[in-house]
Amino acid sequence: MVKDLSVDLCGVHLKNPVIPASGTFGFGLELSDAFDLNLLGGISLKGTTREARYGNPTPRIAECEGGMINSVGLQNPGIDVLVDEKVPALRRVYGGCVIANISGFSLDEYRECCEKADACKGIDIIEVNISCPNVHNGGMAFGTSADSAAGVTAAVKSVCRKPVFIKLSPNVTDIVSIARACEDAGADGLSLVNTFLGMRIDIARRRPVIANKMGGFSGKAVFPVALRMVYQVAHACRIPVMGCGGVASASDVIEMMMAGATAVQVGAENLRNPYACPEIAEALPHLMEELGINSLKEIIGTV
Amino acid sequence: MKKEQYRIVRNKRIAPGTFELVLEGNGNVDGEFVHIAIPGFYLRRPLSICDKGPGSLTIVYKVVGKGTKVLSEMTEGTVLEILTGLGRGFDPDACRGEALLVGGGLGVPPLYLLAKELKARGKKVTAVLGFNKAEELILVPQFESICDAVTVSTVDGSVGVKGFVTDAIAGMDRSYDYFYTCGPMVMMKAVCRMVECPGEASLEERMGCGAGFCYGCSIETKNGPRRVCKDGPVFKKEELSW
Repeated sequence: MVKDLSVDLCGVHLKNPVIPASGTFGFGLELSDAFDLNLLGGISLKGTTREARYGNPTPRIAECEGGMINSVGLQNPGIDVLVDEKVPALRRVYGGCVIANISGFSLDEYRECCEKADACKGIDIIEVNISCPNVHNGGMAFGTSADSAAGVTAAVKSVCRKPVFIKLSPNVTDIVSIARACEDAGADGLSLVNTFLGMRIDIARRRPVIANKMGGFSGKAVFPVALRMVYQVAHACRIPVMGCGGVASASDVIEMMMAGATAVQVGAENLRNPYACPEIAEALPHLMEELGINSLKEIIGTV
Repeated sequence: MKKEQYRIVRNKRIAPGTFELVLEGNGNVDGEFVHIAIPGFYLRRPLSICDKGPGSLTIVYKVVGKGTKVLSEMTEGTVLEILTGLGRGFDPDACRGEALLVGGGLGVPPLYLLAKELKARGKKVTAVLGFNKAEELILVPQFESICDAVTVSTVDGSVGVKGFVTDAIAGMDRSYDYFYTCGPMVMMKAVCRMVECPGEASLEERMGCGAGFCYGCSIETKNGPRRVCKDGPVFKKEELSW
């Protein structure tokens, strides 16, 4: 029997639930010579701010057991280049769901960037990053209290007609209260989780491995924690969730969906294996056959 | 970029902590470096290509951490999963006349393939190869067999000119049309300042994906941010903010 992998995110149809996570897939085109991007249900583009940013000093990457730390610091060409150049170029080769990931350092910046993303024809969903651990006074600063998360949500919702997903930080005491605050403020969906604030020390040099001292930890090791948060949030909120955190296989995708995710983002695994997303999408129907699943939509939140 | 399986044909120690790895696989490998998956480690290891032929690949690497230690213990017949077709390498066509190659330590191997390509284009090639001490010399006979002139320097003076590659270059009374350098950053900076002709340098930075999409290895250049893995690792002297 033909398996139905399609899912629906606030009216946006995805041929499958597999989405490379923001920051782990550039602006999509970087991978267009590696495989047919149309194998992907969606693509979440690299986090974008109002002005171009160089990002943090190097080293920006530290390897860990079962994962890695990154501190790229939102290197991006700015929102105007995103909507005028990056998205149109991607659209020439990709017909799936394009998700713009927006970050900022003030409510005004979030609002202005989201307004431009909303007006850009090639973008289907706006993902608002209030959880980047690698910049000061921005990103995660907005995502660690329910009030400020709701403030950003309301601000961007006032200028967007497209679905707005708020990307949540796991570096909080109660992710459910923040998720609910975003839902109450009008969010159409939630993406979770971003990376976990982490650190490594080079014991020979007696200094942090990462130039910015700390960074975001992600990779296989975070999967059980991310899954738990997706489960809690999906059961506490009515809006759809994109599950993210340590996903590395088709079975991880199924697990995330059973926990309540409507779509699933693959992050750090792309850095180990640039072909991870198409391989997972290809493996899903076989795993569904083994598990007796005909349509992925049937399993969302069934646990 | 391609993901391929390559089999270890040889993995031999050629100097203290330094190994020559010969791999065999299908087809011809493009690019400046390969990104090797090492079982048990989360990220791949980017290693420069020293030489290649149809379906074969030679890499000279140094054990610098746990990953390369494990690699050095792998035996013949082991199959490695590697990403090929990565990086923008040296441009042999950029040299119109006489070429100067300046390598330091583990920066020497990537210049070997370049030396062959320059000679294939009929260029005159002079190589200056720097090491810490006599035991650490690598590939010198190979360079001697293809280059027009080879000068070796060692920091302790046990072989060749005593001092750094820059001391060796200072003692050579000639000018060149183009230079290529690979080695420690301080060495390459000094070479870029000292050698007056245009040239290019191969940079090193801690990488994530190795294929240009994670932006983990960005550097600032005169032309804005550039990714070492994709826009480089080789950059023109005039692009670098040195």
